[in-house]
Amino acid sequence: MGVAAFDEMNGLDGASGDRRGCYRQYGDWYDAEDTRRLRSKVREARSVFRTTGITFNTYEDENQSSSTERLIPFDIVPRILTSGEWADVAKGLEQRVSAINDFLFDVYHDAEIVKAGVVPETLVFGNQGYLPQMAGFSPPGNVYTHIVGVDLVRTDEDEFYVLEDNARTPSGVSYMLENRETMQRMFPELFADLNIEPVRNYPSRLRASLESCMAADPQRATPNNNDTTIALLTPGVHNSAYYEHTFLASKLGAALVEAHDLRIAGSRLTMRTTGGYAPIDVLYRRVDDDFLDPLTFRPDSMLGVAGLFDIYRAGNLTIANAPGTGLADDKALYSYMPEIIKFYSGTEPLLKNVHTWRCSEPDSLAYVLDHLDELVVKQVNGSGGYGMLVGPAASKRDLARFRRKLIAKSSEYVAQPTLALSTVPIFKQSELVPRHVDLRPFVLTSPNGVDIVPGGLTRVALKKGSLVVNSSQGGGTKDTWVLADD
Amino acid sequence: MMLGRTAGGLFWMFRYLERSDSLVRMINAALNMALIPTTDTEVVWRSVLTTTGQEALFVDRHESFEPIEVVNFLLREPAHNQSLRAMIEQARNNGREMRTAITRETWEAMNDCWLMVDDVLSDKVTMREVPEVIRLMTRQSALVYGAQQATMMRDNTNSFCRLGKSIERALSTARLLDVKNFVLLSSASDVGSPTDSLQWETLLRSVSAYDSYMRLHKGKVSAASIVDFLVLDDRMPRSLAYSTARIVDALGYLDRRHEEQIDANKLATEMFDVVDEATVDSIMDFGLHQFLSRFIADTGRVANQIEKDFRFYE
Repeated sequence: MGVAAFDEMNGLDGASGDRRGCYRQYGDWYDAEDTRRLRSKVREARSVFRTTGITFNTYEDENQSSSTERLIPFDIVPRILTSGEWADVAKGLEQRVSAINDFLFDVYHDAEIVKAGVVPETLVFGNQGYLPQMAGFSPPGNVYTHIVGVDLVRTDEDEFYVLEDNARTPSGVSYMLENRETMQRMFPELFADLNIEPVRNYPSRLRASLESCMAADPQRATPNNNDTTIALLTPGVHNSAYYEHTFLASKLGAALVEAHDLRIAGSRLTMRTTGGYAPIDVLYRRVDDDFLDPLTFRPDSMLGVAGLFDIYRAGNLTIANAPGTGLADDKALYSYMPEIIKFYSGTEPLLKNVHTWRCSEPDSLAYVLDHLDELVVKQVNGSGGYGMLVGPAASKRDLARFRRKLIAKSSEYVAQPTLALSTVPIFKQSELVPRHVDLRPFVLTSPNGVDIVPGGLTRVALKKGSLVVNSSQGGGTKDTWVLADD
Repeated sequence: MMLGRTAGGLFWMFRYLERSDSLVRMINAALNMALIPTTDTEVVWRSVLTTTGQEALFVDRHESFEPIEVVNFLLREPAHNQSLRAMIEQARNNGREMRTAITRETWEAMNDCWLMVDDVLSDKVTMREVPEVIRLMTRQSALVYGAQQATMMRDNTNSFCRLGKSIERALSTARLLDVKNFVLLSSASDVGSPTDSLQWETLLRSVSAYDSYMRLHKGKVSAASIVDFLVLDDRMPRSLAYSTARIVDALGYLDRRHEEQIDANKLATEMFDVVDEATVDSIMDFGLHQFLSRFIADTGRVANQIEKDFRFYE
């Protein structure tokens, strides 16, 4: 493809020997390393991941009944950001996620933003992600977006774009933590020499954040955070992110529950323990809205708990993220994000949005069809890199197939220019070769504000020139270092 | 309070682990026996199949009791959900599902055990490879138990692990003894004959207690002292007395931490009392087979009651 990309280690021209400041110390260390030792470290990392059982499941058939466990490829070269770069990114994330939370509160209450004509009515109320059952209801602490994973890409020294917002049930944070632990185990000397911001307290920050979103319990005089019961709801052991569910539940001190462990008893959601049914205060759900309550959402769902939504609406439970939050992930709404941020914060957005053509609009559709081989086309409700077209890398057949899809169901698609994503080297055989990366920081929201652990998950496309970083599509991960100020 | 489903998952994880561990010991003892020239190897292997309750399934699929066929059947036959491979996979999958309840060390040891088993048993093993498989397996399960003992809190969670292990161990020793007594004794040689003491020796090796027994009983092998050792001696970690004491311990602990009545505790205490009050003479008078059958049935009842009392299933 040959897009000229900004390399985060070597700068724009990619010539080594003249590394960017934040990589200088690491580079010196790397130069002094024996590549044979590094190769053995690669094997060591793989065996650590295998023993630890850090796997994700890929589905072999459509109804997801059988799956195999696979390792996510891990690369030993860290992705390094300076404290200044991170501070700017963090400010932008805080602004954006606060606006998303305000937006959700607004559309489920007075919908001022629709009345003001900033966002079209149909895009909100006609949206698959919009839950009419949430209308008029205020979740505990008015928090919808307890945890958001924002996908960022970098195109230049100081240009970061938001590629998409994952407010529904973002995953990947366990890899951020495990990658760091693995790097520390393998290269302790680097952590002694460089001043790297820690990420290990993410679980306790998440717990604190969730506790402060607890519903006020009328049966309890003063809510005491020490005995807040948090349960993490998983679809079960066959889910692709099951490892992460177990990991987070352990670190949060939460019970890892499946729907059949749960039951409504009186006015509370409870779980079946060895001593009877015990009430739950906060449900950190890792299932989609549709699978929460078959009475309210999907009668055919085996994964939900009948009556759960009534308990929620009665104010006796916190659900994180709040039902109906998935609306914010919609890729057509994404294109309005700069206006949404301006509407609620009164300031200009700090992080850039990628220009987006909404194929529902005839002019845009015409442009997209004309430039299909230059653009990235996405489904408005898609995720995980499925059902996506990367124009410059696509075959003639794929282009023709997408052309037909776009004409038939134009409102289901948006298109964006193909960005020259930055690269970070990976260690391949015995040398460093540049590969495209993205970054997913994890943003926590509570009534006390927004909290972000410095760093995030760096995903890397392992194939030369590829721009698709999703693990389901053969992507790998890296540890992400934010350097602290000296 | 932990989830009922989690308690059940751990209980079964340790039952499968212990059951596979017992199986490995039995295979090892059978191999040793088969080395003795006078041994009828068919009898030896048939008795292992009987003890594990898999004789019918084996006969269904095999023409003869060719040792390597039996060994492969026990270790890895795909259609056989009580094979070593299947049981370790089940134990490991339970560990994965209940990952939040066990320590990282325990999980990693269990996962390693599975990765190793999956690797060495991916193809049929040859007779020459069997001792190595047994050695690896014995070590890997010891590593899981070691990690459990060294790192897990002595709390409800650990009690369910211990319960699973002790219930399975009690059943395993009782079945071994019963097969020896009933099947072998009634068919072949007289008590006290050279073949018979060889059989008893195998039995002792199957529970890894040959050396301890010999030291304790000064090298004299008799049916009475073996019964005393495997049923009544509470210093012997695979005896019925030891296992029932551990079951009562664990259930007593759980009973004190649960508000509702734990019926399994009552049943287990009754079972413990029967063993505790028994003597070699009283057992022989009652009939060893009758005694063991009753013990096995009682243990099954305790296990069922545990599942109910602690809400393993909906």
